[in-house]
Amino acid sequence: MSSIGTPNSVSLLAWTIYLSFAGALVQALLPKGKASLSRWLALAFAGGGLALAVQGFIAGMGQGRTVLVDLPWVPSMGVHFLLAADGISRVLVLLTGLAAVAGVLFSWNIELRTNEFFAFFLALIGGVYGVFLSYDLFLLFVFYEIAIVPKYFLIAIWGSTRREYGAMKLALYSFAGSAMVLIGLLAAYATAGSHSTGLIDLAHANLPVSFQMWCFPLVFVGFAILAGMWPFHTWAPTGHVAAPTAASMLLAGVVMKLGAYGCLRVAMGLFPHGMDPWGFAFAGIGSWRDVFAVLAVIGIVYGALVALVQTDFKFVIGYSSVSHMGFVLLGLMTLNQIGVTGAVMQMFSHGIIAGLLFAIVGRIVYERTHTRQLADLEAMHLAKRLPFAAWAFVIAGMASMGLPGFSGFVAELQVLIGSWKANPWWTAAAGIGIVVGVAYTWRAMQKAFFSDAPHHAHPHEAAEGNHALAAITWPEVTGVVMLTAVSLAVGLYPRILLDTIEPAVRALLAGGGQ
Amino acid sequence: MNGIPVLTLITVLPIVGAAIALVAGKHARAVALITTLVALALALVIWTQLPADGSIGLIEKAAWAPSLGIEYKLGVDGLGALMLILSAIVALMSVDAAHRVHRQPGLYFGLVLLLEAGLFGSFTALNFFHWFLFWELSLIPAFFLIKLWGGSKRGPAATQFFVYTMAGSVALLLAFLAVFLSTGSMDFIGLAQMASTGALEQAVTAHLGPITLWLAIGVLAGFAVKVPIAPFHTWLPAAYAEAPSPVTMLLTGAMSKMGVYGLLRIALPLFGAQIAQIRTPLLVLAVLTIVMGAWAAVVQKDLKRTFAYFSVNHLGYCLLGIFALAVPAAGAAQMASQQAALNGVILQMFNHGLTAAALFWFVSILQARSEGERGIDAFGGLRKPAPVLCGLMGIALFSSLGLPGLNGFVGEFLIFRGVFPLAWVAATVSILGLLITATVILTVIQKVFNGPLPQKWATFPDLHHGERMALAPVIGLMLLLGLLPQLIVDTVNPTVVNLLAHWRF
Repeated sequence: MSSIGTPNSVSLLAWTIYLSFAGALVQALLPKGKASLSRWLALAFAGGGLALAVQGFIAGMGQGRTVLVDLPWVPSMGVHFLLAADGISRVLVLLTGLAAVAGVLFSWNIELRTNEFFAFFLALIGGVYGVFLSYDLFLLFVFYEIAIVPKYFLIAIWGSTRREYGAMKLALYSFAGSAMVLIGLLAAYATAGSHSTGLIDLAHANLPVSFQMWCFPLVFVGFAILAGMWPFHTWAPTGHVAAPTAASMLLAGVVMKLGAYGCLRVAMGLFPHGMDPWGFAFAGIGSWRDVFAVLAVIGIVYGALVALVQTDFKFVIGYSSVSHMGFVLLGLMTLNQIGVTGAVMQMFSHGIIAGLLFAIVGRIVYERTHTRQLADLEAMHLAKRLPFAAWAFVIAGMASMGLPGFSGFVAELQVLIGSWKANPWWTAAAGIGIVVGVAYTWRAMQKAFFSDAPHHAHPHEAAEGNHALAAITWPEVTGVVMLTAVSLAVGLYPRILLDTIEPAVRALLAGGGQ
Repeated sequence: MNGIPVLTLITVLPIVGAAIALVAGKHARAVALITTLVALALALVIWTQLPADGSIGLIEKAAWAPSLGIEYKLGVDGLGALMLILSAIVALMSVDAAHRVHRQPGLYFGLVLLLEAGLFGSFTALNFFHWFLFWELSLIPAFFLIKLWGGSKRGPAATQFFVYTMAGSVALLLAFLAVFLSTGSMDFIGLAQMASTGALEQAVTAHLGPITLWLAIGVLAGFAVKVPIAPFHTWLPAAYAEAPSPVTMLLTGAMSKMGVYGLLRIALPLFGAQIAQIRTPLLVLAVLTIVMGAWAAVVQKDLKRTFAYFSVNHLGYCLLGIFALAVPAAGAAQMASQQAALNGVILQMFNHGLTAAALFWFVSILQARSEGERGIDAFGGLRKPAPVLCGLMGIALFSSLGLPGLNGFVGEFLIFRGVFPLAWVAATVSILGLLITATVILTVIQKVFNGPLPQKWATFPDLHHGERMALAPVIGLMLLLGLLPQLIVDTVNPTVVNLLAHWRF
């Protein structure tokens, strides 16, 4: 195991996991009625995690893969508690830290069972950190499952529209995906005949090509369900809409990234030959790689088109996530340096931007207007009454559209370049998705904030529209500023992330280099 | 310039100004005035520092994201520096004219300054990424200035403006993506060098197949919307009419030049050979833009819409000059014509910017005195109560008409001087446009300044002292450049020679 790197100051990254679970435990033990204390504690734990993530990110610059912890766990099965981080992991851990802090800030107004809320929240975060840092399949799978359970409760207890339906649908889809992953992983373990569940050991096990051919799609789809791949995406919009703001932020911001990460690290890393050509082609599709690339492109365009006709503000953002995650999957399927780098950039970028959008729609606007119907919002003249929300959405919308200067532009540009190298038709279709993306974002922005519709166009609005809306609070301002600044910083100076992601992707694509 | 990054400075200055204006409340206009004045001073300094041989100078470079071909690289030649001066003048005029913004002045002037930054950035960028950033950046403030402060139909106008320009931008982006894929570079100078030896087309063909012509069309489409070229102009009349007049000044005076500039800095250098291939259809479009713009102006009843179509018409002459000079293997005589045409195009860009901005300024002055009236038939006989206003506006109108002795003449004359030997049919048909606009301008002068004075305008206030002081330099500049065009030509001509020497058709 020493072949995969030596411990150094990056190994503090492991503490992001421990700290988050410790935080969850503290919250669970907190006496009731201490909402304020609970909030500050949650912020402290999330902030601590972010500080560790930043420290690890900076310390890891210029380094390859680093082992953080390696302890035998179930020796008879070769299971290790093995944590390691390469550039991709460090970037995604950084994203998780940012999403966690932003999530706490935008949950500041949770009054119902505050400490329980933050307990689930921190447990979820801990699970996410764990997945991004695990280099043992068994361990990775455990963390992956840990991330699913708190999600269910966050939505079912603190959610809104059809929350139990949304929560259950999400849980069922997640578990179905996990089951597929589990079958694939067990089969791989058995076929390899090795006595280790380490990711590196299995990648070196020379699994037979015929085995990879059927195991790859199984595991890939299992993970891709969580990444919102069309046609398995339907949990995402309903789940996002039902979830409380912080949970939809995490769901879109990091949980969907777990799926994409699994596709990259596990499915593509362990079964690279699963993407080899079948030897025959049907309608231009001659390999699993083509299949998933086409599904990704369909997701990009379909998600954007559906977002264009939504009447519920949050559904617009929900479907936009499907569309943007399509770029991640398309980038992965390019199998070239620039496309896969773009996919990882897009994971980070979409995590930040989707979090911001959900925060504005779910927390800043909905908690004040109590409606998410664009038709109702049109009559409220929010640009005048909530200028902060309006301008925050303008900036977030610009970032989401992929305007240059924001992180999304660099990421989507790379994916487009990469996919052009692989197959120009994918690029052309994805380009349509971008144009529609501009249209739906613009439509939502116009309707929700800058409409010229007369006052009281709706009888329902007459009651809502007149009373003053609550002032914007400091956690909201802090969260918006933080996420916007990150997206701008990455957009204007992409090397912050590129220098870390590129070597890791190169190593991964070089094969055997798990 | 002694190592001072003056091009970065001039771009950052309005951004800082915008941030201050946002929080300055009712002092925002003063902040904007100071910022635009300093920017103009900087632009003039840059003008004096250009390399004498007309090449791109004042280059500033820094690493940005090398793996994506992205570099921080700025520089200007005579063309870029002239556009900086024009943008600075128009921005100053626009701020000057906008003294009646009572609603959210901080946001208004902040957006105006951001727009100015977008202009400066796109006129100095030498790397596609950087250029595209500012090209798009200018779009957002323009959209909100129309959307939030515009007239009664501002919503659809702003959206149409945004959607058209965005669609053009996507075409541009995709074309450049293909260029980057083939060459690994986004550097304008480097790519222009490749194109001048034919290496660019070879690289594109080798990597992506014979699609260079389509890339040229994609790039042209992006600029066609912005300039605009008929039939992509339909967003313009609504946007110009619905935007508050000071914003229209910026749109027509400076933003429309981004498109023409793009043709000169990007389309011709990179895709000269392809443009030469489709020169005839492009010339047809240019002539269509000229004649159609003029003809549409005839039937307008609204001063802003009339002037909007004038803009379409006048920029059509720039297009005519640009497409006409794309002649393969030009001989010595043809080269002289090309030089004349290109000199004319660049002069016309500046003069149209100045004149069109002035015309919309006068509209806003008329509106301020008549509770927002802007119909051609709404006024009459104004020269009696307001002789100074009518006199100065008359000069601006005659400048727009292209009267010799005023700035508008020189550019159009040089364009026709150059185009006639290169494409005489197009030039001849385009003259029609000159005649039509002349009749429209005379009609405007007749109906607004002369004719019976309606009772309600009997006490129409003339320009007050402050307005005269503000307008005097603008009108003075029109006269000065009409009499001494060499003030610009002397600096622009080396750039023209240098540009033509590097273009390959």
